Amino acid sequence: MSVILVALGAALGAPLRYLVDRAVQAHHGSSFPWGTLTVNMAGSFILGVLIGGAAVGAVPGSLVALLGTGLCGALTTYSTFGYETVRLYEDGARRHALLNAGVSVVAGLGAAFVGVTLAGALWS
Amino acid sequence: MRPERPPTDPDVDLDVPRQRAELRGGAASLLAAIAVGGMVGAVVRHGLAVAFPHPPGGFPWATFAVNVSGCLLIGVLMVLITEAWQAPRLVRPFLGVGILGGYTTFSTYAVEVQQAVAAGATRTGLLYLAGTLVAALASVRIGVTLTRLATGVVRKRSAG
Repeated sequence: MSVILVALGAALGAPLRYLVDRAVQAHHGSSFPWGTLTVNMAGSFILGVLIGGAAVGAVPGSLVALLGTGLCGALTTYSTFGYETVRLYEDGARRHALLNAGVSVVAGLGAAFVGVTLAGALWS
Repeated sequence: MRPERPPTDPDVDLDVPRQRAELRGGAASLLAAIAVGGMVGAVVRHGLAVAFPHPPGGFPWATFAVNVSGCLLIGVLMVLITEAWQAPRLVRPFLGVGILGGYTTFSTYAVEVQQAVAAGATRTGLLYLAGTLVAALASVRIGVTLTRLATGVVRKRSAG
């Protein structure tokens, strides 16, 4: 059952990543991957809220499978993040590559912490 | 004047005219290919997470393996479809955006670090955080380099 929910969530999350990435990149002339950073931060925050909510029994496991494992899992990406970082480095934009790696990890982790904390404050 | 430049963004690189225009060439088929690929990738990731669970405070090996292998594969894929071969329209959206995007995950990675820290396993969390980053970036590089060698792209590029 959870496999179907994961698949349904991913069927929404993957095209959503494409469209958000495209929309964000269209607003920036630079090669810095703002689009991927945006989806990764947003997905980390939402998954944080879901996992934090599930820990206090406020979010059912089916919703975690649908929106967490499925939607957030497909909305966020490590492969695109990794490829973009290596490509920036190869292109000679080494500061951007290091900045992208550092900011993505710190901001993604921060978004997850804020999400979990917010869920705890909301539901306990 | 740089049509040979491989795209930086494997999802969609607006500097590449062909990718910039791809939504106009049939948005429904493009988004459907991404959705189907995303489902396949996410279901495989979910299956691995269920098969190889980690205890609270333990090292999340399943997600680590997914993200590192997905990074290796995107390096291979992108060289094949942008440098070695002009791929048909839906290949990159289906395999790159869909399957590899749905397979790899940043949100689970970030939340697993938070969960490790919350469980008191701060060292494991930090090791997982840094270890995934280093292994993933190295994997992209290995995938790109080996595929260029295998397809002769390196020689072609340095000769031109």
